[in-house]
Amino acid sequence: MSLRILVGCKRVIDYAVKVRVKPDHSGVVTQGVKHSLNPFDEIAVEEAVRLKEKKHASEIIAVSCGPAACQETLRTALAMGADKAIHVEVSEAEYATLQPVHVSKILAKLAERTQANLILVGKQAIDDDLNQTAQMTAGVLDWPQGTFVSQVEPEGDSLKIVREVDGGLEHIKVKLPAVVSADLRLNEPRYATLPNIMKAKKKPMEKLSAKDLGVDIAARIKVVNVAEPPVREAGAKVENVDELLGKLKDLGRI
Amino acid sequence: MFLSRCVRRIHPGTSCRWVSFNTNEHEQLRESVRKVVTNDINPCIEEWEAKGRFDKKFVLKKLAEIGALGITKPTEYGGLGLDYSYNVPFLEEIGMCRGAGVVTGVTVHTDMCCPALIRFGTEELKQQFLAPSISGEFLGCVGVSEPDAGSDVASIRTTAKRDGDDLIINGTKMWITNGTQADWMCMLANTREGKAHKNKSLICVPMNLKGITVAKKIQKIGQHCSDTAQIFFENVRVPASNIIGEEGQGFMYQMMQFQEERLAAALAIPNQLDKVIEETAEYLATRKVFKTPLLDKQYIQFKLAELKTEVEAIRSISYRGAQQIVEGEDATMLASMAKLKAGRVARDVVDTCLQFHGGMGYTEEMWISKAWRDCRLISIAGGADEIMLYIISKYMGICKD
Repeated sequence: MSLRILVGCKRVIDYAVKVRVKPDHSGVVTQGVKHSLNPFDEIAVEEAVRLKEKKHASEIIAVSCGPAACQETLRTALAMGADKAIHVEVSEAEYATLQPVHVSKILAKLAERTQANLILVGKQAIDDDLNQTAQMTAGVLDWPQGTFVSQVEPEGDSLKIVREVDGGLEHIKVKLPAVVSADLRLNEPRYATLPNIMKAKKKPMEKLSAKDLGVDIAARIKVVNVAEPPVREAGAKVENVDELLGKLKDLGRI
Repeated sequence: MFLSRCVRRIHPGTSCRWVSFNTNEHEQLRESVRKVVTNDINPCIEEWEAKGRFDKKFVLKKLAEIGALGITKPTEYGGLGLDYSYNVPFLEEIGMCRGAGVVTGVTVHTDMCCPALIRFGTEELKQQFLAPSISGEFLGCVGVSEPDAGSDVASIRTTAKRDGDDLIINGTKMWITNGTQADWMCMLANTREGKAHKNKSLICVPMNLKGITVAKKIQKIGQHCSDTAQIFFENVRVPASNIIGEEGQGFMYQMMQFQEERLAAALAIPNQLDKVIEETAEYLATRKVFKTPLLDKQYIQFKLAELKTEVEAIRSISYRGAQQIVEGEDATMLASMAKLKAGRVARDVVDTCLQFHGGMGYTEEMWISKAWRDCRLISIAGGADEIMLYIISKYMGICKD
């Protein structure tokens, strides 16, 4: 069964950036901050490209929901090897409260629209760490899911999947169409090459809105307050184990 | 990275134009070069510093894979044929190698040994030397300086005498970056008697020929992972068709390709100096003296602010030089200024930052000590500061030479 893969590509603050909270505590500073493709989504894109290189997939469609700058993120996915992209434009204001529940509905609609039979996403985004999009998308579509995967192998109308679970690896088989979320060890993403970066400029990018897809993205949450984590207090050195035990006793920890 | 990096072209009588160095494509290239530098090159630097040379096969392969060896080079030979603006993010990021020796070795290969060959070389020469340099099979070097002629290029002594269809090369080349491991050299030699500016030619010389001896690998105070050699040529025979462009035009061609060399050297500097300043500030924030962090001292804050401003000045001059190359204009004056500024500011930055590190700055443990050793070369190699001043004063019309 030839795969048509829809890959989620979230634009997030780059992992190397030291994130700062806005002075009014309404969120984090994103203006003038380097953004990139969510690393777990990058792994998902890489896996899709590998599936295509092994002739298991016929087409890869990269998707990103968010403000106009998401198109840059999509170009990265296109440079890695995705065939085309869909940008679902969400305004800055709406994006502040966009949640996996909204994104999963958008992905479900797009799966129908593009006749995708595999949705590949990162297991979580490094900004909000929610880890829900894959699961919810499977729920909305009523498709089987393979989450936290470290290996994917198509076999007939199914996927043989290895999942990273607490205490070991779980081997499962899911029937297509399916939703899969990539874990860290699934692969090591390639670096975009300059020839492919230039070619990606010419690949098609469709622009849609949530409204076009009939998805309601009205806020389900209200951000009350965003605060920095407490600063870690300085530690102290102890001379020996007895002193350590004494200190722990004083603190009532043992 | 986030400030818009554009250059405004101010030219009387024409409209102002902007060349951008940070479109999404520039930034993606930057990202890929950064990944090669961070993930592949930097982990090996310590080993290469100890060995006295970087692993050319590994470095060229990694850079060729992402297309970084052929950015502005013609598509017929495997390049991408992009304008010079795409070279800017490449040079800025390659400059972030944690050993400047790699930066020197790579930029000699990408930006210093090829421009004349691209401009004036025959199809055969380009197939033989340019194509494998872009694909990463060949490493190039530049053979201009000699034991008795460096800054004064006109007085080089190496000769390439005609013998039938061949040239017979005799002489010594000195300070040759990549010299012990290069596959070919873009050599300047005297191909006839006569006026010093009109008797020289640039010649492509394969480095595996009989009569070529690497006399010694020169021990330097820094840039240890870059091999620098003195090389003897004794009756080395190459076809006369290896001459780039017209015979007798070599001096002029070399002067032209010096502008790319100098601009490349300058463009590789600002990002690494920013990093030096940033890491120094981080160190000073944790370093307490008389109970307060050193970074809280206004003297130090102001000094770092001053240096940061100087670094931006290098960047601005370099960008304007890059703009001129994109526009096909003569960039000699700005490239010379950029190189001069880069050398001087680099010395100031690393020396001041090393001083702020105190005793730790003088140890091998800290990167600053390596940066301090490595950066000293910028004011000497590729044309000393004094040569830059000479060129600038000529362009100003105040030097009558």
